Amino acid sequence: MVKFLLQRVLGLAVTMFFVSIMVFAIMELPPGDYAERYAFRKFSGTGVTLSEADIQSIRVDLGLDKPPWERYISWIGGIITRFDFGPAFAFETSVNKVIGQRIWLTLAILFSTLILTYLIAIPIGIYAAIRRHSIADYSLTVFSYLGLALPNFLLALVLLYISVTAFGSSVGGLFSPEYANAPWSFAKAVDLLQHLIVPTIVLAWSATALQIQTVRATMLDEINKLSVAAARARGVPETRLLLKYPARLAINPVVSTIGFDINRIFSELPIVALVLGLPELGELLIKSFLDLDMFVAGAILLILTFMIVFMNFLSDIVLAMLDPRVRLQGG
Amino acid sequence: MNTLPAQSDALLDIRDLAISFKTDEGKVRAVDGVSISVKPGQIIGVVGESGSGKSVTMQSILRILPGNAIVERGEILLRQSRNGSDAEVVDVTQINPNSKRMRSIRGGEVAMIFQEPTASFSPVYTIGNQMMEAILLHRDVNKPEARTIAIDMLARVGISNPERRIDQYPFEFSGGMRQRAMIALALSCNPSLLIADEPTTALDVTIQAQVLELMKDLQRDLGMAILFITHNLGVIAQIAEEIVVMYLGTIVEKGPTREIFHNPKHPYTVNLLKAIPKVGQSRTRLAAIEGNVPSPLERPTGCIFHTRCSQRTHGTCDVYAPKLTQIGPDHTTSCFLYE
Amino acid sequence: MTILNETSQDTSIPTVRSGESEATLRYYSASQWQLIWWRFRHHRTALAGGIVLIVIALAGAFAEFLTPYTGTTRNTEYLLGPPQPIRFWDTNGFSLRPFVHGVKTERDPVTLRPLPVADPETRWYIRFFTHGDSYTFFGLFRSDIHLFGTDEGFLHLFGTDDIGRDVFSRVLYAGRTSLSIGVLGVLIAFVLALIIGGIAGYFGGWIDYIIQRLTEIVRVAPVIPLYMGLAASFPREWSTEQVFFAMTLILGLVGWPTLSRRIRSQLLTLRNEDYVTAARLAGAKASRIISVHLLPAFSSYIIVDLVISFPYMILSETALSFVGLGLRPPAISWGVLLQEAQNIRAIQQAPWLFIPAAVLVIAVLAFTVLGDGLRDAADPYTVTGS
Repeated sequence: MVKFLLQRVLGLAVTMFFVSIMVFAIMELPPGDYAERYAFRKFSGTGVTLSEADIQSIRVDLGLDKPPWERYISWIGGIITRFDFGPAFAFETSVNKVIGQRIWLTLAILFSTLILTYLIAIPIGIYAAIRRHSIADYSLTVFSYLGLALPNFLLALVLLYISVTAFGSSVGGLFSPEYANAPWSFAKAVDLLQHLIVPTIVLAWSATALQIQTVRATMLDEINKLSVAAARARGVPETRLLLKYPARLAINPVVSTIGFDINRIFSELPIVALVLGLPELGELLIKSFLDLDMFVAGAILLILTFMIVFMNFLSDIVLAMLDPRVRLQGG
Repeated sequence: MNTLPAQSDALLDIRDLAISFKTDEGKVRAVDGVSISVKPGQIIGVVGESGSGKSVTMQSILRILPGNAIVERGEILLRQSRNGSDAEVVDVTQINPNSKRMRSIRGGEVAMIFQEPTASFSPVYTIGNQMMEAILLHRDVNKPEARTIAIDMLARVGISNPERRIDQYPFEFSGGMRQRAMIALALSCNPSLLIADEPTTALDVTIQAQVLELMKDLQRDLGMAILFITHNLGVIAQIAEEIVVMYLGTIVEKGPTREIFHNPKHPYTVNLLKAIPKVGQSRTRLAAIEGNVPSPLERPTGCIFHTRCSQRTHGTCDVYAPKLTQIGPDHTTSCFLYE
Repeated sequence: MTILNETSQDTSIPTVRSGESEATLRYYSASQWQLIWWRFRHHRTALAGGIVLIVIALAGAFAEFLTPYTGTTRNTEYLLGPPQPIRFWDTNGFSLRPFVHGVKTERDPVTLRPLPVADPETRWYIRFFTHGDSYTFFGLFRSDIHLFGTDEGFLHLFGTDDIGRDVFSRVLYAGRTSLSIGVLGVLIAFVLALIIGGIAGYFGGWIDYIIQRLTEIVRVAPVIPLYMGLAASFPREWSTEQVFFAMTLILGLVGWPTLSRRIRSQLLTLRNEDYVTAARLAGAKASRIISVHLLPAFSSYIIVDLVISFPYMILSETALSFVGLGLRPPAISWGVLLQEAQNIRAIQQAPWLFIPAAVLVIAVLAFTVLGDGLRDAADPYTVTGS
């Protein structure tokens, strides 16, 4: 088990190293002079006129005069040693400050989406497999098609439209106007949760559709296994039998694809957040890409990917705990 | 009630059983008019190629047939002597397969072991967990007692160091060990009948012999009856007292092992025996039965074997079905050659 | 599944005996592609999906002719105008020639803004093969003939947007752009996957290992944010065409790892199949094994994979253009059209701006069921198609 853990930690480090290089490359991609953009953003409207020498000094400040590999090392070094993601020009502050407030909201949305997905997908997938070829089973197939075909941001728009026309209230944003600037209270927390319902449903939509299919397929495989027939032949009651043998194994693929689910959610989150006006990381990512605020964008891309890689790592460990074959034979 | 007065001394009496499957292509007859009687402590071998209906017949005893199977007619009478001294006979076909009563028969009075020892255990639970599950279901014991019983049974089937092995997972056992563990599981609730569905087919030949020897020993010690299903006549000769030969869902010949091997009557049985390789006959080509087993969708008319029989008579075999005929003490066959 | 019903019983009998029905013999002698087509033909929903896609693709290909206006023509008399339904009768009676109601301008009682409303008293008749905006067809010849249009007034089946452009025409043009981005993106991803997967498979060893690791890293990053990062670096001064090709390139660049992984794993599985081993043991040459045993089994899966990855490409394009990081106006794609419907107030005021979304959903749905049907049909072990 110790060897298994060490292996996975090492794998995580290697993956993150390559990911950071990829992210840095993306940060370097946009054409033009970052120092000029930085200066323009920072001093526009302040009446300060900048000379070429000023820009050159900004360039030196930001280390832009150094070769790329040196800049990479100082960037990644800052992140690892000081947890410093660099400067953000659009907000005239550091990336850390811009991101700090948003990380928690992102995590809240991520986990509520995952929990909702699994709460729905696992029992329904199991049920669909047991009642194969029933009407419920077929309607789930239709639902799963829709889950893929209806892009999340469209679903968000539709829900937004329905809530505005039918209920006259907007579900966009994080708080209702009356709570936006109010101090924290129970009512404000409830208001926040209410605003999280729609993004959670929207994001869980396609993940659920896919996971139902996965659970159903695995369950169908497992139900027909000889070990299930053998358990039935020794008199195990049917419900207990289904839960103990096939259902238990049908959860394994769900655990092993958790990284894939998060990848999907993070793929869809920025656009959904943009439509719903949620101040989280994905929305900021789009804005920073549009502004070419590459330190912010790079930091977010790195954080999102790290979350995926880390959850992959966790899912490997959970899988090892769930499945003795992985644990004892080293996968 | 489904109980009937005891009519014979048989432990299990299958009478004129017929089973069909509903498929997209229509109803398919898998078992047609099978009658088998098992006395307590008797070992009966059931032989047949795949598709002969032998496994379906066995599954019907436990009512664990797939959902699309229908029992068309017949009775499966099982003598239960567990509750009290008076024996009570139930017709298994009349019991709801999901009822408590049926579940108490499964694993309790009738236990079953399967062809693939690897697949018959769930990989994510320990051997002990799956054994104790059965013991706790059928015997009035608590967990520590069940564990003791399980360890005893493992020791009994020849697994060394059972106290440690009981907490291991199936994949930590070798194939032969796994089948031994499966036998231990099946016998841990003292069944009066053990159904063994090709229990040695997936094993190496040397292991096969060990497992057969073990089953014989256990039968002698515990006294349960065994229904031993196989397609391998060589295996059956070593263990069974009586042999039932099945073809396409019907019994073509039935008799004591000695009789079947030395005095086979039905052309199918004769051919099956010819197909066994023998030491000292290396120069001759092995005889194979001509043709293939017909699809159950197109069951031949008349005698079901006539399409592959070298001794068929036109106008009889392909039109009329032969009746089961007595040709010796306990030896019957269904063939026009002996009617 | 009539063919299969007749023959599935025979799958247990490998030999063909005399007296088998004609259909059975045909089944045994059919080529792999015939078998796939037979299975596919019975997959009703997949067939419907295929037909829908062909219709959308043809509509895009002949958009100039099929639409009454070009995608950029502005009708200043009808800003944000609602769809004009085609009618055959109204309070004034029946007409064999379809028509739409005329439009008059009223003022919004509150905001006093001019508001176009239908005038049930006037009829604008629809004419076929009318002369309208001129266009160049496939860059070959100029024409101004449109399939339908009106002589007097104007015709906007799906309404107009805020600067008076015909939504119906724009949906058709957008379909062309979005589908061609999908096709090119899939092709680029496929070529990359073949080259890189081929290199990994051919050299094996540490080269394979490194390529596998790289593939994993591209796969582990969230896809759309990755696309955004690449798309963000397009220079603002790029032309529509440059952005279009750059888009297909990044879709292919980010899309190849998934494909290459599937190609690699299928090749590995196939290579270890018993029949391939048997062929090798029988002394078949590598070229024969590849051409007779691997390629046929492989190509059907590849086509299925391509069809399945198609909707992801289209959805990615839509998502990028929707947030302003992909195609930019004046380009017309489904994503660009939806960008105009991004605002909830816009949808409230003009729900017809959401029509492109419906078309997009139908197209993706069609691709999905088509891909599913093809996958079932290509799998020789599925007996029932439904």
